[in-house]
Amino acid sequence: MYLKRLFPLLILVFGLSASSFSSFAQGEETHAVAAAEGHEAAGEEKKEGINITELVFGHVSDSHEWHFFSLKGADGHETEVAIPLPVIVYQPGKGLQVFSFSKFHHGGWYLDADGNKISHTTYNGLYVEKNMKEKIKAEDGSVVYDLSLTKNVISMLISVIIILWLMTSAAKKYNTSAIKAPTGFQNALEIAIIFIRDEVAKPNLGHKYMKYMPMMLTVFFFIWVNNLLGLLPGGANLTGNIAVTLCLSLVSFVVLLIRANKHFWGHLLNPPGVPTGIKFLLVPIEIISLFIKPVALTIRLFANILAGHIVILCVVSMIFIFGALSKVAGVGFVPVSLGFSLFMFTLELLVAAIQAFIFTNLTAVFIGQAIEEGHGHEEGHGHSEAAAH
Amino acid sequence: MDLLTPELGLFFWTLIAFLALFFILRKFAWGPILSSLGDREKSIADSIATAERVKGEMAQLKSENEKLMTQAREERTLMLKEAKEMKDRIINEAKEQAKAEANKIIIDAQQQIQQQKMAALTEVKNEIGSLAVAVAGKILRKQLSAAEGQEAYMQMLSEDIRLN
Repeated sequence: MYLKRLFPLLILVFGLSASSFSSFAQGEETHAVAAAEGHEAAGEEKKEGINITELVFGHVSDSHEWHFFSLKGADGHETEVAIPLPVIVYQPGKGLQVFSFSKFHHGGWYLDADGNKISHTTYNGLYVEKNMKEKIKAEDGSVVYDLSLTKNVISMLISVIIILWLMTSAAKKYNTSAIKAPTGFQNALEIAIIFIRDEVAKPNLGHKYMKYMPMMLTVFFFIWVNNLLGLLPGGANLTGNIAVTLCLSLVSFVVLLIRANKHFWGHLLNPPGVPTGIKFLLVPIEIISLFIKPVALTIRLFANILAGHIVILCVVSMIFIFGALSKVAGVGFVPVSLGFSLFMFTLELLVAAIQAFIFTNLTAVFIGQAIEEGHGHEEGHGHSEAAAH
Repeated sequence: MDLLTPELGLFFWTLIAFLALFFILRKFAWGPILSSLGDREKSIADSIATAERVKGEMAQLKSENEKLMTQAREERTLMLKEAKEMKDRIINEAKEQAKAEANKIIIDAQQQIQQQKMAALTEVKNEIGSLAVAVAGKILRKQLSAAEGQEAYMQMLSEDIRLN
């Protein structure tokens, strides 16, 4: 679990890079727009047209189009190379609407009083508000449920297809051959499956581990593959999105709640061998700790992956930050920046697998606590009670 | 902070995608993979156990064979020894018998020789006696053929009678 300690380190690296940049930016005497966030102030460099905050958060947050790059034409006009994705919105009273995000493309953006970018174009009374996130809002201020197939959703669907293809093609080999030595991709897959079974499920879930194996494997491969897809250039930051990690941890939390046995609830709501007065103190803490579990799962995966992405983006962006100062500085910083980002990428490859493992392992630990039969525990309590008397 | 507020849409799609993935994989991938992994592990463990057992049996057989071989070797040595003893005994017996037989024959022969010798001696004695008688008769006949010889003899006889 030493990686948990890595997260503050990443934040530190990120913070250092941002603060070092901000001092440069101030030296440039730019008319930075004062913003609440320190690094946001650092990112506001209007002169060269680079907004690092927008760049970084544009990359790590979800979008209704799959953006690849911007081309600056000879006339200075920027052409965005991006695939518009389908927008699906549900408005109570108005019903479901499906249309392409390209409907908002014409017209450009203006800044509102809060510093949000607002699209000039409206479509069916809807407009786009962009800050760190891209939101579709109604002009009349009514509620809009956005169920669009965003970049993250598309990336997730791709990952689902990849996983399905990999796993079912591997599973076919098992179906056809009775008992045969594994070949090819089967070997690689088996290492992971056996690792999850022997290192995650068996030690944590007891003898009923086989029941939970499909869930553990699905969680593991879903997170791992999406972590890796997120590392591809142009890939979506799916597992670094709190909605995704929240969904995954809620799924495992629901499984926990459904599978939890009497012994678990008994210990939670009426801890045996505890004086009544302390119970009033202990039970709320226990209940809070129960709900902390999915929160911890959510935050851990989200923060680790997001931090990795932000650090890589910052390190790469440094080339352009220094390039904005002077061409020489920019070119000179290329090897440093590439070295850093190469290091970060290899680290992230590791983190991708480790975070998938940690999420799966903690899920197994939590479920294991909930389904524990508690024979050993009862005995332990008996001893402590006997000792107390 | 915006980043910390989950979007409904993504949550919704993640839930659907994840559950779909889970149910499809459980049916078409994890089920077969896990069961055949288990089967394979079981068969490998069984094979190893069988191999161990066979190895044990082989070792036992080998030791039994060794034992049998040693036994056979011992038996052979014993038989050889017995045969040798028997041979020696037979030879000795034969020798003894032959010796006894020879002695008997020798004794018989000596007895016979003795007998023959005695017979021969007797015969010789008889022959000598008859020869002497014949000679004496011849001499007497010769002496008595003449008249003075007869007279001298008669005188001598008469002297004997007188004397008696």
